[in-house]
Amino acid sequence: MFAFIASRILQAVPVLLAVGLIAFALFAYVGDPVTIILGQDATDAQRRALAHDLGLDRPFFVQYAHYLWSAAQGDFGISLRLAQPVSALIAERLPATLELAVTASVLAFAVGVPMGVHAGIHRDSFVSRLFMVVSLIGVSLPTFVLGILLILVFSVSLNWLPSFGRGPVVAVGSWWTTGFTSWAGIRALILPAVTLGLFQMTLIMRLVRSEMLEVLRTDYIRFARARGLTDRAIHFSHALKNTLVPVITIIGLQFGGIVAFSLVTETVFQWPGMGLLLVQSVVSADIPVMSAYLLLIALLFVAINLTVDLLYFCVDPRLRALGRRAETRGR
Amino acid sequence: MTLLSVRDLVVEIPSRRGLARPIDGVSFDIEKGEILGIVGESGAGKSLTGAAITGLLPNPGRIAGGMVLFDGNRIDDLPATRMRRLRGRRIGMIFQDPLTTLDPLFTVGQQLVETMRTHLPLSDTAARTRARDWLDRVGIPAANRRIDAYPHEFSGGQRQRVVIALALCAEPDLLIADEPTTALDVSVQAHIIALLRALARERGTAVMLITHDMGVIAEIADRVAVMYAGRIVEIGPVDAVIRHPTHPYTDGLMGTIPSVARRLDRLRQIDGSMPRPNGTRDAMPVGCAFHPRCPKVFDRCRQERPVLHTAGASLVACWLA
Amino acid sequence: MMLLWLQSDLVHGFRHAPLAVVSALVVTLLILAAVFAPWLAPHNPMDVASLSLLDSFKPPFGMPTADPANPLGTDNQGRDVLSAIMYGLRVSLLVGFCSILLAAMTGGAIGLLAGYAGGLVDAVLMRIADIQLTFPAILSALLIDGIIGAMLPRTMRESVQIYVMIFAIGISLWPGFARTIRGSTLIERDKDYVLAARVIGVSAWRIALTHVLPNVLGPVLVVGTLGLGMAILTEATLSFLGVGLPPTHPSLGTLIRFGNDFLFSGQWWVTVFPGLALVLTVLSINLLGDWLRDALNSKLR
Repeated sequence: MFAFIASRILQAVPVLLAVGLIAFALFAYVGDPVTIILGQDATDAQRRALAHDLGLDRPFFVQYAHYLWSAAQGDFGISLRLAQPVSALIAERLPATLELAVTASVLAFAVGVPMGVHAGIHRDSFVSRLFMVVSLIGVSLPTFVLGILLILVFSVSLNWLPSFGRGPVVAVGSWWTTGFTSWAGIRALILPAVTLGLFQMTLIMRLVRSEMLEVLRTDYIRFARARGLTDRAIHFSHALKNTLVPVITIIGLQFGGIVAFSLVTETVFQWPGMGLLLVQSVVSADIPVMSAYLLLIALLFVAINLTVDLLYFCVDPRLRALGRRAETRGR
Repeated sequence: MTLLSVRDLVVEIPSRRGLARPIDGVSFDIEKGEILGIVGESGAGKSLTGAAITGLLPNPGRIAGGMVLFDGNRIDDLPATRMRRLRGRRIGMIFQDPLTTLDPLFTVGQQLVETMRTHLPLSDTAARTRARDWLDRVGIPAANRRIDAYPHEFSGGQRQRVVIALALCAEPDLLIADEPTTALDVSVQAHIIALLRALARERGTAVMLITHDMGVIAEIADRVAVMYAGRIVEIGPVDAVIRHPTHPYTDGLMGTIPSVARRLDRLRQIDGSMPRPNGTRDAMPVGCAFHPRCPKVFDRCRQERPVLHTAGASLVACWLA
Repeated sequence: MMLLWLQSDLVHGFRHAPLAVVSALVVTLLILAAVFAPWLAPHNPMDVASLSLLDSFKPPFGMPTADPANPLGTDNQGRDVLSAIMYGLRVSLLVGFCSILLAAMTGGAIGLLAGYAGGLVDAVLMRIADIQLTFPAILSALLIDGIIGAMLPRTMRESVQIYVMIFAIGISLWPGFARTIRGSTLIERDKDYVLAARVIGVSAWRIALTHVLPNVLGPVLVVGTLGLGMAILTEATLSFLGVGLPPTHPSLGTLIRFGNDFLFSGQWWVTVFPGLALVLTVLSINLLGDWLRDALNSKLR
């Protein structure tokens, strides 16, 4: 098990270094930071002095190492647009994005899995067909169009739910803020979470359904029927557990997708998170923020992949055996 | 005493091309404790017969005629729940490929305990003790330790032993074994067949052994039924059918067994292939389904379908018998 | 012969799939409407001189003060929404098609190379594809768009933005094509006729182009159709975020972004109709792609 995790982490290192290289190349070379900071009219002496201060006159790999080292300590440079440390900007917005993403994921999982199981077992029932139609719309409905339609119905026409912002938030610990402590905060979360989660929900539903259909055709399910097990045991113990491995993969990968898609949702609902920050940075060519976002997203994806691998371990005994074998080989 | 009685069984599978009839009027009996071999080419309807008896026909297949009596009661029209209680408890089943028959995510002990507790009033500990005994009985070494192992940790032969234990652990009266050795190494096949025979004889369990291997039938069965294109063409005591095959198809089949063929000095082959009842009108020949391949064909075979009638110790569907 | 049989079978299956027929019809109509927008559209939304503020915010049909000349209403400047949608669709489809073409060519070349060369080249290229696939296309396109934007002088950005979008989206979608073509190449590469061709000294590129390429067209068509939906959606999303196409070349996404401002003042039609047009486009392209995939898959089985 330990060897398995170690090998996965080792595999992730080149990926992180490569993404880091891209992020650094952006940071150091795109848009000429010296001109951006000093403007067009600076003298050569001023430019050289600033380049020296910024470390731009040092060899490439020294600069790269320095950038990575600073990033590892949480220093991503200064935002060109807001003239504040990028790390502070991100720390301020991270809780909002994570709260939204986690809520949307939980929503998508809690609704999508039961729908998929039902549609897989009763594939021709009316409800299953309805689910499939709804899911097709869910997959094809662009996130921002969905958001606009929800705002139109629930905020403009019915006036039930707020259409923008995060509502009142309370500080927890030194830097985390949460909207979960008040009813107004939770209400503000509903529309964005539904908007962000619907696509993932339909994806999970379709995946669970097709995996269920696949598993229900296998010999071991046929044998379980021949053993006279109850439908309940067959569907929810044997079939569902066997669909879990691919479902975990997709859900894991989808969490990364959710964080990325949150930038659309955050724009529609003016949700003060990292996505909104990124979009504003792209508009104003704020390279340090873009570099930092790229690095953080890569880190997040690596972390998610690792978690997914660990979950496999818990679910599938065959992988546990593989892991053990790898470990004994390792010694 | 008759345990299982199949009467004029017809199975139909509707498809886009029309209505296929892969089983067309099959009748046979199995006595208590008897081993009946069902032999035939793949596609002859052997496995579907087993599936029809246990109510596990693949969708959208259905029983379109005839009936199945088990222990004197009709079971082909039972509601799903009662049929389920019968499966495993009164009728056990074994499938062809032991590598795919066991759920990979549960230990063999869990699967045994689960099966027994579904059918028998046992506590978890009692079921576990019995599970260990069963693994012992089917010849898994160190059953005490192996009970917590997952299927992938067993070899193919051992997995089939586990499958046999699973099929028999709720003490059924009838075991339907569908090609139980086909997927195994030749060296393992004999052991599995010997184990099946020993367990069946010891417990008085009747066995319906589906196979395309006449050699296996000769070794273990009391009686044998030969199926061709969804019908039984010959059924009788194993000795009679093997020594004096009456139907030309059975005769041809005997020629394909090396040990029998040695006596006949050559390994024969039946020319042509079996018609498949796939629903198209011209797939099944009029008259005897075997007539296009039959070496002894004559006019009547092309017009009238022969029915089973007594010929010596057997029943044979051939105009020559 | 083979191709003929495939086509006739496809056509046969097509006639028996009503949903596929309907979506193909819708896609055709939308393409026609977009291509012939200058002749079909009731007004020219780009012609600022013809706009009159007196015509602003006319509601769509079915509402009390609707004007039959503007069936889907008008926006804040009196622009006809229906005409704006047709012109917007033109831009959306143009960017979609061009970027898919770019993605197919880039991905195709990389996939052929990876599948044919194998070994380290294959491993490295596919690893890169895998990494990029974990990033959603929208994110990659946004970042590429942002980087190019930062490199260009501010004054130039607007005029070349449409090319930047095509490039950004095309580059974001290459891995799907590369993986498909690599997979097919691997299968074809080891077939006897390719080995035979190699033995008699036919060059690698020739084999790839004459034998491998024709065999991967089916899967590429599927990836391309589904990718087209994705490309249009990505462009619309970026334009909605305000980093895509400028108001001088409005796409459907740009129209939705601008209409969004009037949602709260009650003129919902300015944003909802372009939104529905986008949904209809993407949905019917996806349905067509889904059907194509199933039809080709069932043949493989």
